[in-house]
Amino acid sequence: MVEWTEQERSIINNIFSNLDYDDIGPKALARCLIVYPWTQRYFASFGNLYNADAIKTNPNIAAHGTKVLHGLDRAVKNLDNIKATYAELSVLHSEKLHVDPDNFKLLADCLTIVIAAKLGNAFNPEVQATFQKFLAVVVSALGRQYH
Amino acid sequence: MLYRASRAALICPVPPSRMGVTCGGRLNLSRGNLQSPSDSGRETEREADMSLTDKDKAAVKALWAKISKSADAIGAEALGRLVTVYPQTKTYFAHWPDLSASSPSVKNHGKKIMGGVTLAVAKIDDLTNGLLDLSELHAFKLRVDPANFKLLSHCLLVVIAAMFPNDFTPEAHVSMDKFLCNLALGLSERYR
Repeated sequence: MVEWTEQERSIINNIFSNLDYDDIGPKALARCLIVYPWTQRYFASFGNLYNADAIKTNPNIAAHGTKVLHGLDRAVKNLDNIKATYAELSVLHSEKLHVDPDNFKLLADCLTIVIAAKLGNAFNPEVQATFQKFLAVVVSALGRQYH
Repeated sequence: MLYRASRAALICPVPPSRMGVTCGGRLNLSRGNLQSPSDSGRETEREADMSLTDKDKAAVKALWAKISKSADAIGAEALGRLVTVYPQTKTYFAHWPDLSASSPSVKNHGKKIMGGVTLAVAKIDDLTNGLLDLSELHAFKLRVDPANFKLLSHCLLVVIAAMFPNDFTPEAHVSMDKFLCNLALGLSERYR
């Protein structure tokens, strides 16, 4: 059972309530596909991923990035029950999408960097620690139902 | 050779499909290591290391030119984040009175570390040899677990993104990430 302090809850809610999901989601996913190109294996049907510019302007990737961020939103709204909240999503990623769970960490790292770029100094060490704790819990929950 | 690949995997992200090739293909232990060590070793190293292309080196140097004036601040910030986000890293600094991100000891040491990164940029064409002295320091004196290099690399990238959001494009990011991976490998060269 993950324990969250009041400060951690406030930090997480603050970050997400000030986030433009349509901007940050696409940026994080595109960055993941560019920085860790093997992750493109899951997006073979998404169209042109031939180079960084193609990835950055690909509308299917952008839409999916937004979708991923809305998925994170579910965790934000259920901080005390992330494992149960993500049980179905975990099964989906394992049974249907066949995503290697190591990739979740790669996307999480890219999201951290995109948020750091957006928030600048406001993304101080304590905020970073809290955000990464949140993402670690999410990543763990998403990998939970793999067998 | 297997050692080199597994060391690389410890330090850098290994693409799942490549892990299959390195372990099941060239390093098939059931056949006994029949390939000539120099050839398969180099190829295995290239696969596991994801070595720097000319494009990567150019990207790293271009980014460095923009950020190097702030090297001290970047180092201080990165180390401060390391000990805050990954508290287990504080074990290496138990002799400092103040381990908060803002402490003078942390800031000074961050500066020193960035000196090492600056050196690595200058030696980018031959990191293994260029970092031999530093590797010996880390291996025999400091004995920092190489897994921590990955953590500090991540913190460096976060700080660069926060301070230089417009310059830290995805293209610059991938080259910088590869560079830091190769730097970490160079640092761990002398460990065993």
